[in-house]
Amino acid sequence: MEKVYRELVEIVGSEYVSNQPEELFIYSRDMGTMLPSTPDLVVMPNSTEEVQKIVLLANREGVPIVPMGGGLVLSGLTRPLKGGIVMDMKRMNRILEVNETSRYALVEAGTSQGMLKAYLKKHHPNLKHSIPDSPPIATIAGNVLIHGSGHLSQTGGFHSEMLNGMEVVLPTGDIVKVGSCSASPYWISRAPLPDLSGLFLGWAGTTGIATKLSIKLYPNRPFNDARAFITDDVDLVADIIHQFTGTQLAEDVTAAANYIRGRTSIFPLVIVNYGAESQDELTWKRNLIRASVKKYIEEKTGGFVPMPSGLRKDLIETPNPTMTQTADDKEGGGFEYVGSIMPIELFGEAYRAGVEISERLRINNGMGARVIGGHCMMFFYGYTFNRAVDADVELARNALHETNEAALKLGGIPWKAEVPAQKQIIEYMDPNTFELMNRLRNVLDPKGILNPGNWEV
Amino acid sequence: MEYQEILHRCFRCGWCKLPVNFTDLNCPSYLRYRFETYSPGGRLWLIRAWLNGEIELSDRFQEIIFSCATCKNCVEACGLPKIKDYLVEVMVAARGEIVNRGVVPPPVREYLMGIQNRGNPLKKPQSERGDWAQGLDIPSYDGHEFLFYVGDVGSFDETAVVMTRAVASLLKRDVSMGILGEHEKSDGNDVKALGEKGLFEHLAENNINQFNERGVKKIITLSPHAYNTLRNDYPLLGGVFEVYHYTQALSRILETRPSGMLGARVTYHDPCYLGRWNGEYLAPRAILQSIAGAGFIEMDRSMGNALCCGGGGGNYFTDILGSGQDSASRSRIRDARNSGAEIVTVSCPICYKMLNDAVKDEGLEDSMRIMDVAQVVLEAQGG
Repeated sequence: MEKVYRELVEIVGSEYVSNQPEELFIYSRDMGTMLPSTPDLVVMPNSTEEVQKIVLLANREGVPIVPMGGGLVLSGLTRPLKGGIVMDMKRMNRILEVNETSRYALVEAGTSQGMLKAYLKKHHPNLKHSIPDSPPIATIAGNVLIHGSGHLSQTGGFHSEMLNGMEVVLPTGDIVKVGSCSASPYWISRAPLPDLSGLFLGWAGTTGIATKLSIKLYPNRPFNDARAFITDDVDLVADIIHQFTGTQLAEDVTAAANYIRGRTSIFPLVIVNYGAESQDELTWKRNLIRASVKKYIEEKTGGFVPMPSGLRKDLIETPNPTMTQTADDKEGGGFEYVGSIMPIELFGEAYRAGVEISERLRINNGMGARVIGGHCMMFFYGYTFNRAVDADVELARNALHETNEAALKLGGIPWKAEVPAQKQIIEYMDPNTFELMNRLRNVLDPKGILNPGNWEV
Repeated sequence: MEYQEILHRCFRCGWCKLPVNFTDLNCPSYLRYRFETYSPGGRLWLIRAWLNGEIELSDRFQEIIFSCATCKNCVEACGLPKIKDYLVEVMVAARGEIVNRGVVPPPVREYLMGIQNRGNPLKKPQSERGDWAQGLDIPSYDGHEFLFYVGDVGSFDETAVVMTRAVASLLKRDVSMGILGEHEKSDGNDVKALGEKGLFEHLAENNINQFNERGVKKIITLSPHAYNTLRNDYPLLGGVFEVYHYTQALSRILETRPSGMLGARVTYHDPCYLGRWNGEYLAPRAILQSIAGAGFIEMDRSMGNALCCGGGGGNYFTDILGSGQDSASRSRIRDARNSGAEIVTVSCPICYKMLNDAVKDEGLEDSMRIMDVAQVVLEAQGG
């Protein structure tokens, strides 16, 4: 590995390569429950060409590479399971282009959510991008590549659906472009060409290293509001979501249904965010959203919660620190969740599955959902743990495992799945689908150098 | 180690890397080195690993810990309200733990030895401490209303002395003040930040005794670092004085009269120990905005979002944070350039020196000047 280290120094400079115990310690783990796995080296490239040189080197030497963005996935996907090189992409954080009229931003793969937001606010205040509930240093590329979602997902779907195209370094070192950018100077769309972006989305970095990407931008409305609808019947939540999304007025629809053992049940909430160009339009939208759930209000089975303006502001704020603060619930610094992609109609069943696991394992469950385009939801089961207590970490790990299994049984699919969950998914997956995945990966990465250990049996 | 019980509570979520408005990387050491290890969260995890015996007290570990500029951006931006206030204290406690084991990086040792042996870290004779005042007719302190406390950098550094003289020239017109000259000793702020609690307390107690013996009641400091420790740390050791930073004193003096005329675009760089540490953002701005003709511009990162110059936490003396394209000072100068400012105003001798060097490194000497608030006022007044 000494030879590889020396060559990496030649490529990126000695300041941006490390084989020191301190970096190897930090880059061996993330904030979730997965056990550490130590790299041999950490490298931070500054250009596509440097990424290419590193990949060619790794390919020649048969050394694994694990690309890493913010490193905030929580499910351990950037741990180098078979050693090798962790490639921290965050030096590549330039915002290369914003197209006002066609509403897209072209950024390097290490660009953070927060920095793009700040850039748009200053230079293109009429535009915004969909921001996930992760911290602002999370990268845009990382979230797109794992099929993330965010505060415009009711409008635009998964963040991977907001992708217009990418530049990718293949495991063989070839640099390819996918989307309109492959045949045009404009990064406007994945259509009408064969959509090759699917070769890299959801693969946990096993098929290529994204270096640039273009994402869709949306109007940044000057007037914004959030409303919260409460009901005591969890089985009504799916229809309430259905009604809200049916208005096609919401930018974001989320739900919360926490279960804290030993406490009186906490009523589920559905939160709808929407924006407008004027106060009149905002009022008009609010009235239509209200009308969509009128029957529940009249039946007195649900109603909108009065909210002080401060709370409303919190619900509109992006990036939002609430999810991060969950990690301190137990004063333990630990939090991980299962995000299961599932049909909206399963909300009640998904909730009851979470309650059952909570009671059986004696662990509280922060449940909820983000609706994706009105077509499905990412139902999450969040478990906090005290990092300083091994048994507590183990309990959360077990709860996550059981939750993944429960979600799969219901017909859901765990998102950004941990390696054990990937294996659980594969068991449910059509064997021909998994076979196709393997064939494609063998073509793209014949030496198996990219994030090996993921999506393997 | 003090604060050990909160180490595991850091989620390493990275809010601390950015300012509250997300503009750009705002942790000086993370900006400079880019490895996760040099971010506040990375440090907390490494300190825990060290205390748990998972990593050793290596040279690199020490470099990581001592490269923190104690700028408090992490405190401002941290996503966890229950632990955020302690983040810098944790870093200082870890440094203290390293100091107690007797193994600190050579430049830290050199700094501490300089203070211990010579009374200052710049290797200058104590007898020259008051030389900056030559020709200014500033009296030695003798029962004046105010003591003008200058500090190490403002007393000895050639570049910073220019600032000291400007501040003193302006203050003396309206303020009854004297200096300690060769009797002045280090305030100890950066000694404390480097984890040498014993030496800090020794310095502070000596200063308190001297101030009390001379009947000092009110102090104006040149440096925000001295302002911070005299205002916040000395009272805990029995030294209760009325402490002002010179911009606070000047803003009171100038609020009753015009500050002159200046035809230039001016921005202001917030020093961490005046801004985030002590919440004083308005006094220097009030002075600058009172100058007719000066176009006052805010940088994208200002006030609580300001980027540190990289000299805090002892780094001005130890240079562990280092230089280069991604150094905080050069990044700050690029902020100023992007704002369109012709003059970058400072109110801290460390920032003054750091940014003066950075302007040269960025090749902007011809288009940008670093000036202290007092220098700007003097120029506006035609003096």
